[in-house]
This record gives sequence, C-alpha cells and structure tokens, in this order.
Amino acid sequence: MSRERILGNIRQALKRSSPPDTVPLETRLSEAPTGPIPARGQLPRAQRIELFIEMAKRAVASVTRVPSTAEVPAAVAEFLARENLPARLKLAPDPALTGLPWERRPLIEVSTGASGGDDPVSLCHAEAGIAETGTLMLASGPKSPSTLNFLPESEIVLLPADRVVGGLEEAWSLLRSRLPAGEMPRTVNFITGPSRSADIGQKIQLGAHGPRRLHIIVVGE
Amino acid sequence: MSTIAPESSHLDSLHFKDNAKLALADANLQKALAGMDDTFVAYRARAVERLPEFEALRDAAKAIKDHALANLDFYLQRFADKVEAGGGHVHWCVDADAARAAVLAICRRVGARTVTKGKTMIGEEIAINDHLQANGIEPVETDLGEYIIQLRHETPSHIIAPAIHLTVEQVGETFREAHQDLDPKRPLVDPGDMLTEARAKLRKRFLAADVGITGANFLIAETGSTVIVTNEGNGDLTQILPKMHIVIASIEKIVPTLADAATILRVLARSATGQEMSVYTTFSTGPRRPGDLDGPEEFHVVLLDNGRTALLGTEFESMLRCIRCGACLDHCPVYQKVGGHAYGWVYSGPMGAVLTPGLLGIEKATPLPGASTFCGRCESVCPMRIPLPNMLRHWREREFERHLTPARYRSGIALWSFFARRPRLYRLGAGLAARLLGALGGRRGAFRSLPLAGGWTAYRDMPAPQGRSFHQLWAARKR
Repeated sequence: MSRERILGNIRQALKRSSPPDTVPLETRLSEAPTGPIPARGQLPRAQRIELFIEMAKRAVASVTRVPSTAEVPAAVAEFLARENLPARLKLAPDPALTGLPWERRPLIEVSTGASGGDDPVSLCHAEAGIAETGTLMLASGPKSPSTLNFLPESEIVLLPADRVVGGLEEAWSLLRSRLPAGEMPRTVNFITGPSRSADIGQKIQLGAHGPRRLHIIVVGE
Repeated sequence: MSTIAPESSHLDSLHFKDNAKLALADANLQKALAGMDDTFVAYRARAVERLPEFEALRDAAKAIKDHALANLDFYLQRFADKVEAGGGHVHWCVDADAARAAVLAICRRVGARTVTKGKTMIGEEIAINDHLQANGIEPVETDLGEYIIQLRHETPSHIIAPAIHLTVEQVGETFREAHQDLDPKRPLVDPGDMLTEARAKLRKRFLAADVGITGANFLIAETGSTVIVTNEGNGDLTQILPKMHIVIASIEKIVPTLADAATILRVLARSATGQEMSVYTTFSTGPRRPGDLDGPEEFHVVLLDNGRTALLGTEFESMLRCIRCGACLDHCPVYQKVGGHAYGWVYSGPMGAVLTPGLLGIEKATPLPGASTFCGRCESVCPMRIPLPNMLRHWREREFERHLTPARYRSGIALWSFFARRPRLYRLGAGLAARLLGALGGRRGAFRSLPLAGGWTAYRDMPAPQGRSFHQLWAARKR
C-alpha cells in the first residue's frame, strides 16, 4: 500500500526501523510551544487596539470605531453612503448582527444567509482581530457562512474591541475557548485587507476575486 | 517504474543554456522582469526592517521544519488520522502517476465536468491539467496569473508570480483574443481594467464548478487542517463553492501544530511579497459541518511523495524546508535576467536549480547547478536558511563524479588543477596574466570582447585585472 511504502521510505531515509519514540512528540503536540512573539504583538489593551487599526489601514482596510453595538447600523449607513454603495446588506445569521437596531435605518434593505454571488455588501462578525498585522479572524459555522467573506464586492466586519489580541496564537486560543475541546470549524479565514493581485505588470490592483473594499467597525472602548 | 515528471510537464532543463540565450534576446521578457528590484526585493527589505524579531523568527521557523522532517512519518500519520477522523479522505501517492489517477478517480465519481483550481505548484509537478483535459474534464485556473498563462498555453515562470514573464501589453492582447464576446474596441491598457474583466469571466466559472482543487502551504498534524495563503481570494472561492474540495500537497508541507504554522507564517508573506500577512490565510479542516450554510461536502487530501523521501537523510534534505516564498528567485541575478521558463521545469531560480535535479535526477537537469554565480544572495534572504549555494556545489560535484560535466568544463578544471597543484608555476602564470591583461585593459579597465570568453563578453564587459595577482596583493598587504 502506498501509505506503508511512503512511511517505510521515510524510516529508511531517517535510518530508523520503526516509528520514533512518540512520547516527546505527543508532549510537543499537546503543549504546542509558541515561537518568538514580536514585541508589537504583546502590547497592553489600548495600544493594542490602536496598533490593530493602524496595521489594518496599512493593509488598505478602512476602520471606524463606535462606542457600542447600537451605533453599528449608523456606521454601516455612513460607510455605504461614503462609498456610494447600494443600500442592500447581507448579514451573517448571527444574533449579534441580526439583533442590531436595523429598524432605525429603514433605507437599508437587510437579508441574512450565505451569499449566492449577487450581494453587493456583506456584514460579518469577527472571532478576533490581530494587532500585530491588522488581521481579522473569521470562522465558518451555522451563524457565519464563509461565502460572505469572498463573493460580495464589499465586506463590513464587526469586531468587538475585547477581541483584539496581540498575535495569531492568541486568536487561536480565543476561538478555542468558545468551541468544544478539540473542535475546529470547517473554515477559518485570516483576512488582512481587501483582495488584491499584482499578477499584471507587478502593479498591485484591489478586488481580484474577493471584496474590493474591507471595512472594519471596532465596537467598544 | 515511477514517474516523477509526466511527459506533459514540459521538461526542458537540459537546454538551459539555449533557453537562457533566447530569454536574454526576448525584449518583452527583459521588460517584464526589469522591475523586480523595485518591487519584490524592495518590499521584502522594508518588511524585514519593520520587524526586529525577523532573524529570530527565521531560526525558529527553520527549527520547526527540521523537527518535522526528522519525525516526518509520525506527523504525516497523525495528520492523516486527523483528516479521516474529521470525515475527510487521504490519498497517499508515491509519484505523479498515482496522484493524477487519484484526482481523476475522485472527479469522475462525482461526474465532474469543470474543475476550478487555485494556484498549486504540485498541480504543475503532476501536470494535472493535461490529465484532466485528456479525460474530458475542463480545468479552470482562477489565480489571475495562472488564468492568463492558461489562456496562452504557457507554464508558470515563478512560483508565486506565475505570469511575471509577461508585460501589461501582452496580457491585454491575450484578453482581447480570448474574450471575443466583449467589445473588440474596448481599451485594455490599465491592469485594473484587465483584472475587472478576468474577475467577471471567472466569477461564472467559480459558481458552476463541480470540484475545486487547491494546493497547500501547510498541513497541520495537530488538527488535520490544510492551509492556503493567497492575496486574491480565488483559492477560497475554489474550495467553498463546489461540492468537493481536493487538496494536492507534497509530504514536506507538514508542520506539527497551529502555533508552528503561526511562526512560519510570520516569515512567509514578508519574504514573498513584503506584506505583514498575505490577504487571505485559510485553514480548512474536513468537509462542511451539520448546520453549515456553505462549504464543500467532501474533503480530499492527495499526499504526494514524488521523489522527496529520496532526499531525506542526504545532503539535500534541507531543501525540504522550503516554504515556496520565491525570495530566492526574486533576489537571484541569474533568474532576474533569464526568467523562470529557461530552467525548463516547474521550479526555477536557486530553489529550482537544487530541487529539479533532486526530484528528476541530475542527469535530466545537468546545466541547472551551473546557473549560479554563487553570490549567496539566495541564502541570505531564504527565510528557512537553506544553504542553496552549498547544495548547488554538491550537485556540481556529483555531476563531475558521474562525468556529466561537459568536456570543455572538465578540461578547464583539469588545467586549473594542474596549476593549483604547482603553486610556484601558478603564481608565475597568474602574475604574468594579471600584468598582461591589466596592460591590455588600458584606461577603460575592461574588455568588450576577449578570445575564449565570448560567452561572458556577449552580454557584459569583462573587468580587467589591475596589474597584480591576488597573491601579490595579499603579500603586499601583509607587509
């Protein structure tokens, strides 16, 4: 069988007749030691949130801050108007989004679900924001279809300020703390700015296949 | 008999010298490659400057891969067990033929007609597109660069920038020819317009595809996840829209944990494009879950060896640390002049010059280890600290031992070693030659042409010695 042949070739090349001593390897897997974390990924809360915003902007995302979730619909409306986008919004079916006071913005047509490809703008909820690089973490699940991150022309992401962490490792810890032990969502997306490509003439263009615009609303102090 | 390179993977590495000559005379290619120092090289330098911990991260990344390779059997088994426990399928494939057959069988089982593809160099290695096409299944490349070269029936010339060999004008012509349904008089000069055009064309293909094939930047043993790193989002649409996601990946992509991947990700994008992170880094684990609103119903991982286990435990083992960032290509003075196609197979630049003979056998790639000035720039930027020049030297030694080196080189080396073993004669000859060439070089201090050195002077001047040999200068300085 190919599996045995490949594993056998490996053992022969490594000059071992059997699998390695698995105890230290199991320990390494369960302890999952981290490598060097850059100093900028270890800032206190206020600076961490500031760095997240700065790095996200450097990656060509736009960012606004609002004090509480009640202000999110207004921030969305402002973004749609500023970018001259259709007032048609596809929400991830997450109570944290569907439960927002959309009735205060009757001109925005709101629907929920996965994207079939004809939604101009989506609104999603981030699992975490990573200050080191200005990266969002989003995870698939019944409340958060991944297609909303890729098919719409513009994506808006709600990020609670509490969920801004230093580096990738902390983002994983945060996600895992909300899931049953050992469970991984089907898709975990780390998103840093809007889609782009430099494949034509080494010139960077936004909006290759994913969203042309990425707008982040940071909620809370 | 195992097949590493299917016939249709366009192997032409033996003709590197002729390919390089054509490349140097190709005005479009020279124009397309001219900007690399201002883009890739400059972007990387800036990103590294912004991260004081970069060198420490390189050391940590190297150590992770060395550990994974030293226990490759354990981590591969764990990865496969995790994939299967999560409802996915793993297909172990010894060589290209086995991987092609595995992919085709999966596609056939679901009656696939079109297959979208994210960028995958393993796909190139096994020439999967030709195989699918020959069996009535249409492969659609969705990375912008890959889409362009698929329209032109070309192969990628760079592992992360597949269409870097083309000028903006050439892409415009390609689109005008391929997209006949659009207004033939539309302007096609702005790369942004071209991108919008490709986006619209490909959007339909994404939504209609039956199967999506991607590669993988990492395989995570801890969770059974596969990881892709992209900027466009095409790899994501490729895997979340169709019913089935097939990942094709080589065995050395394995890392133990998510934390290990985080460390290597910190050096990957910065080395590749100078970004802090690429736009999309996606971890895929199994098929869609009950209650999920999108995602593939089936998840397959095709694990490919294709000659890699034969490199383990040899002086070429550290090549398996490579994370395919492309920095060694970007910084190589040879690659920057001749481009990737001259190398004649899937991998180019310094990493290609080491890996191609490693996978195919040195007899199929003899000129490649010579495609280097040993300037060392590749090793100095390699995030995984792969000693590329040293390995090129190992290949040159093997060529020499196996009498694969051309007769002219061999007699040159024999002549040099004759003198090198007779130091007094060497000094006398070198001193005379330095004085003679120094005098002939005159005020310009360089030659436009020189007998026996036409290969050099055809493309650049040969600097003249300053009148004294190295030995003479050394002796003078010691005093």
